[in-house]
Formats: sequence, C-alpha cells, structure tokens
Amino acid sequence: MALIINVNHLSKKFNDTYAVNDLSFTVNEGDIYGFLGQNGAGKSTTIRMLLTLIQPSSGIIEMFGKKLSTHRSEILKEVGAVIEKPDLYKYLSAYENLSIFAKMSGIKVTRQLLMNQLQMVNLQDRAKDTVKTFSQGMKQRLGIAVALVHNPALIILDEPTNGLDPQGIADIRNLIIRLSRELGKTILISSHLLSEIELIANRMIIIHKGKKMVEGNVADLLDPAHTLVEIETLNNTEAAALLQQSTWAPFLLPKNQLQLMMNKTAVPQLINDLVTMGVQLLSVNSSHSLENYFLSLTTQSGNVEAFTN
Amino acid sequence: MIRPIKIIPLLFLLLTAVAGKSQDVNILLAKVKFNIDKVYDYKASARMITNVSFLKVPDADVKVYFKKPNKLKIKNEKGISFVPKGAVSINLNNILSGGKYTAIDAGKDKIGNTIVRVVKLLPEDDNADVVLSTVYIDEAALLIRRAKTTTRTNGSYQLEMSYGNYASYGLPDKIIFTFDTKDYKLPKGVTFDFDDGTQNNRTAADKAKTKNGSAEITFHNYLINKGVEDAVFK
Amino acid sequence: MWKLLQIELFKISKRPRTYIAFIAVAAIVFIFQFAFKADGQSYMDLMLQSVKDTFSFDRVQAINGYFMCYIILNTLLIQIPILIALIAADSISGEANMGTLRLLISKPISRTQIILVKFAAATIFTIFLLLWMAITALFLSLLIFGAGDMLVFRSKGDESQILLITRDDIMWRYYAAFAYATVALTVIAALSLLLSIFAENSIGPIIATVCIVIVCTIISNINVPVIDKNVKPFLFTSYLVGWKGFFYIGTDIDGKTIKGSLENWPAIRKSLLILIAHIFILVSAAVVVFKKKDILS
Repeated sequence: MALIINVNHLSKKFNDTYAVNDLSFTVNEGDIYGFLGQNGAGKSTTIRMLLTLIQPSSGIIEMFGKKLSTHRSEILKEVGAVIEKPDLYKYLSAYENLSIFAKMSGIKVTRQLLMNQLQMVNLQDRAKDTVKTFSQGMKQRLGIAVALVHNPALIILDEPTNGLDPQGIADIRNLIIRLSRELGKTILISSHLLSEIELIANRMIIIHKGKKMVEGNVADLLDPAHTLVEIETLNNTEAAALLQQSTWAPFLLPKNQLQLMMNKTAVPQLINDLVTMGVQLLSVNSSHSLENYFLSLTTQSGNVEAFTN
Repeated sequence: MIRPIKIIPLLFLLLTAVAGKSQDVNILLAKVKFNIDKVYDYKASARMITNVSFLKVPDADVKVYFKKPNKLKIKNEKGISFVPKGAVSINLNNILSGGKYTAIDAGKDKIGNTIVRVVKLLPEDDNADVVLSTVYIDEAALLIRRAKTTTRTNGSYQLEMSYGNYASYGLPDKIIFTFDTKDYKLPKGVTFDFDDGTQNNRTAADKAKTKNGSAEITFHNYLINKGVEDAVFK
Repeated sequence: MWKLLQIELFKISKRPRTYIAFIAVAAIVFIFQFAFKADGQSYMDLMLQSVKDTFSFDRVQAINGYFMCYIILNTLLIQIPILIALIAADSISGEANMGTLRLLISKPISRTQIILVKFAAATIFTIFLLLWMAITALFLSLLIFGAGDMLVFRSKGDESQILLITRDDIMWRYYAAFAYATVALTVIAALSLLLSIFAENSIGPIIATVCIVIVCTIISNINVPVIDKNVKPFLFTSYLVGWKGFFYIGTDIDGKTIKGSLENWPAIRKSLLILIAHIFILVSAAVVVFKKKDILS
C-alpha cells in the first residue's frame, strides 16, 4: 500500500514552546486516519504544516512520495482540506465560492461539475444564495464540496463536526465513509472527540502537548490488551505503595498509581493479588472503550512508554 | 557751503521763467488734446505681454475698447488675462481730462532721439486721486511719448508710447505700462505644494524689483469712431 | 496568474465596500462642483485677495472645468489614500478575518503569486478609482463649468505665484497627472498590502496606513531646514503631490509661460522613480514577510 503521508520528526516551535514535538506518523492509501488530541494538543498545527500554512521548525513531510518543501504545488493539487471552520467568502454565493476555489486548484471548471458537487452535499437548491445566509451545517457541507471539487486523492478534515448538530455530525460521518469506500479517497480527520473517530477511522494517532502518545490500528487499540483498570481502596496511598513493589508495577500509569493499563483477561489475577497483599478493595473498574483510553492518556500525560513498549 | 541768502534770488529767477513758459505749454497741451479729441471711440486688437514677477502667463491676444469720455476696457475674449487696474490710464484722455489742471513747463528732455517737452500737470481738485502727472510731449508730432502719474491710492505708473499709423489720432501702436504691485500672497494652508527643489535664487535687490510690474500692449489695428456698445464696459 | 487576477478582481467587484470608494469620490466631487457653482467667486476672491486691487480679470472664466479638477485633485492627498487603504489593507487581513486565507494558501498557488495578484488587483482598483475621478472631476466638471484657461495658485518657497495655462495646453497635463497619481497611490496600495499581512482584520492596517500617510504628510509640510534636508527626501508623502509638477508650466527669463513645457521635469521624473522604488521595496517586503508568515488565523 502506498504511503500518502510520511511525517518524520516534525517539530514546530512558537517562541520557546513546542506546539509539535518530534512527531512522526504515516498515512497509507485508502486510510481513514484519525488524528486525535485535546484542544491545543498540536493537531491543527500539524495539519497546517501538512497544508503549508505553517513552516515546520524541523522535520520532513513527504506526501505522495515527494517532499512537501520542494513539491508544494504538485502535492497540494492532490489535497483537499477543510481547516477548522469552513470559512468561505460570505458575500459570494455557494456556486461562486465553489467556482473560485476550483479554479485556484487548477482544474477546468464547468457548470456541470460545480452543480454535481453541490448536489453531492445537497446544496444544489441554494447554489445562488450567498454564504452569509447559510447555517453552520450548510457551510460545513459547502466547505467539504470545496475540498472535493478538484477530485483530490487526499482529503484533510480538521475538526469537521465542530459546531454541528447530531444530524449534521451524522451527515458528515456518512459522507466521509462514502468518500472512502466508494471513491477510494485517503482521509485524514482530526477531532478531539474519540467517539467520532472510533466509528469511522481504521488507523489513528493520539497526540498530546505536541507529542505522539500512540499510533496504530483502531482495532488493535481497542484490543482487550489495552484495558484501563481503576482501583478504589480504603487506603489508596498504602495500596499504591504495595502495587509499586509488586509485579504489577510496569502496568501502572505514572500519574495515578491506582490506574493500570493491562489486558482485561488479567483482571481476576490482579484482584486476587490485591486481596493477597491485604488491600481493602472498594471497587475495580475496567473499561476498554477507546474513549476512556483517550481520556486517560490525555488527562494524565507523559505515559508514552506504557503502550509503545 | 552755499548761503541760503544767495539761493533765494536764484529760485525766484527760475520760477518766473517757468511762469513765462506756461502759456506756451497750455497751447501745446491744447494741440495735443485736439488730436486726441478726434477719437470718440475705438476698438483695437492688441497683444498684451504681462511682466509681473508672481504672474506666469503667456502673451495674450486682447481687445481694447474705448469710448469717450473715459471708458476703457481690455478684454481677453479667448481666455483669462490679468489686466492691471491702472491700465485704464492708457487712455490719455484720462490724464488730460477736462483740462482742470495747472500745467508747469519742466523743460526739455530726450526720449531716444526725440527731444521732448516735459510738462507737469497738477490737478486743481485737491481730492483727486491723481496727485501729479508728468507728460513728455513730442512737440513736432504733437504726441505724448511718456506719461508718469502718481496717485494717492494706486501708487504710481508710467506709460511709454510709440506711434505709427494712428499717430494722427494720437493713438499709439505700442504702450509699455509700468505700475506698482504688491507681492502675491497665497492664503495659508489652502494647498499642499510639490516642492520640486527649484530654488528662487532671488537676491534682496531682485525682490525689491518685484514691486514693479509692466504690461506691454502692441496694437494691431484700430477701428476708430465706428461705435462701441456700452455693454462691453460692464 | 491571469486567472488568479480575474478571481481577485471578481472578489473585489462583489464586495460592497469597493463601491464605498467610488461613492465617496463622487460625493466629494459633487460637493465641490455644487459649492463652486453656487459660490466659486468667494474662493477666487480669497485666493486673489492680495492682488485684487492691482488686477482685474474675468472671474467667471477662471472657474472652469479644468480649474475645478485641479481644486478637487488637491484633496487627493487626504481623501484618496483612505479609500485605497480600504481595499488594499483588506487584501490579506480580510482573508484572514474571514478565514479564507487558510483555504487560499492550501491551494497550489505560491505565496509570491498571492501577493503579486493581490497587489495587481489593488493597483487595478486604484486605476479604476482614478479613472472614475477623471470622469467625475474632470469631464463632468468640463460639462458643468465649460473649458477655459486654467489658473494655478502655487506657493514656491517663501513666495506665491499665479500660473496661467492656456486651454489648449491643459489636457495632456491632466493625463500625465493622473498617470503620476496612479503611481503615487499605488505606493499607498503597496504599503497597505504590506501592513495587511500583519493583521487579522482590516481595521488595523487601514488605520495604520492612514496614520502613516497623515504623519508623513504633516512632516512633509513642516518648513524647517533641518527636516527639509534630512527627513523629507526619505518620506514618500513628499512625492505624493508630484502630479502638480505637471501644472507648473515652464517660463522664459521674462516669466512668460512656454506652451507645452514643464518647469522641472527632472524633479518630477526623480519623484516618480522614488515612488516606483517605494512600490518595489514595499511589494518585495510583502512577499518576503508573507512567505515566512505562519498562518494561524
């Protein structure tokens, strides 16, 4: 499978702060690649570097097997993007906006092409209306039409469901799946909501404070081997100390000594050991939804090793 | 050192000589005026060259209209011309008008190669604007060659005249009119000007000169006594 | 490039604010024309106050279309830069504010192209605005007031002058003056464009442009020798009024005007070259800054 995006040791420093720090990841042809992180994690900065809006401080971006820094124009012809809000020229109509950006992408523009595109996002009846009269959902759909009008091989969507109602979110989700399945597009989609990504992505990366926390197949990351187990006891300090000295120590999350990331099948053994150690258990909660996983990573940062080793 | 007592008899002698000649001067003036009085009106084409330091203008083709007793108008029918207000006095009638003056013979002088009689005219009316006029008369041709006038309000001006075809009517072919002018002052703050670095390079002496302006009027043809509408003088 | 320029011009033509400038110009011109039609004599009397006792001239003829246009163009210095800034200062900042800059830059167009196209569009806007000015201030004035010889009141160093240009010697001066004004105002457009890169809404760069123009204009009009020599030559505003140079008609030693001549063509040419250099520097700076800029809007 061809590598569509290959990011190597990418960093971006604003003043003294790293927005992106030594980030590496790959997106394969046909992937719906989830780009996850909390607000401010560095998702947008990374995406902006992919789209040449921001110059990297260091690192290399290759797309379609070519260096972005030297083949910018060539590469961007194959990329369609919606970056954060789908902002368009408010004083122009949907049709005019679409036409302008299609021409900028260097393709031959026909009325038929533009109308088809509007039809795809269900805006054909509003073609002549100015964008300022559009709802957020309509703007988002038009933004996607703009991103797709030049038939790009790679589509980058930065938080495409932001500010949408549940129906709007569902529409976008279905559209992305259709683009991937029916048209074979490679899609990179960023979100701070794992639930979104969970439903559509086949591969994903989670970043936090500019650093990669984990990258992999969604199916693998949902594997029971990666279950978060939380323990509640009468004396948490004592329990934490005991666990630290036990064979369970490698599975403890560094920030919270009563959370373990482990295979779900080992939970009975853990309970058994805790009882043996004389810990007075109140509760043991295990969860394997990617949502919790994401939350645990991002709320208690710095735990890369626990999962990448 | 000359003693005053010796000067007084000398002055007395001079004055009696002048008084004796004044009779001749009045006759001379009457003869000159006779020529001028033949003209009731005229219309003439002329070229006016204005020479005033602050005025940068091209030569202008103008029409000069005159009607007795003292109406005179210089008009640029094709464009704009700055006409010195005192230019009305190029009408010699104005200077000699009414004969209500005391004429004093001031001797002879020379303009070019012509010997002229210098006559000073003192208006009898104490309130007249003209304080003193001096005319230089070519006695042979009975033509005024030069006139200098000092006024109460408009400074002084001078006329130099040369004659040709219309000498029999006392009308000059060319007049150089010299007059006093103030410096032009643009009201402050009305324009932003382009400073192109051109220096004026004017010395104090140059600036003093700017107090005089002149207009040179060369007449091409006169239409004499053919009638001129009063409307043109408005 | 041409396609991008077409797109840019299409965008400008669709924006309501574009027409504010044209309406403003028409309003300024009409107000002047109305005022001078009603009471132009008072203005003439004011200008000629100091010589009204010495000279008489035809006041009706003096207030003609050519004179009107000159008076109106005098306001160019204060009014038009604001109107140019209104569009040019919006070039990049407006896109940033609307959020379209992200999309624009993620297209396969180089940033240099974007700046050059934006600059070209602002220049074309400037040309159209001046054409509109020529139509309203010159041709409409000629219709209303008629043609005639033109008086130019000028202060030169510590003295003032009145220049008279005959009617058949004026039109080419206006064409040259409008061409010069286009170059001068293009400097404003280039300055606005540069400033617009730094902002994320157009208000800042518009105000900054106007402030720079006003401050520099004030300094350009301070008559202190130290400033004359050391500061003025470096301010572009000192050259903005250079169009007037086309109305400073040449004279011979007797002060007689020479038809078809200019008093100081080398000075005008020098000003023109300085303005063109400004445009070049400002646009180059805009390209350099924009190429390095991280788009965070």
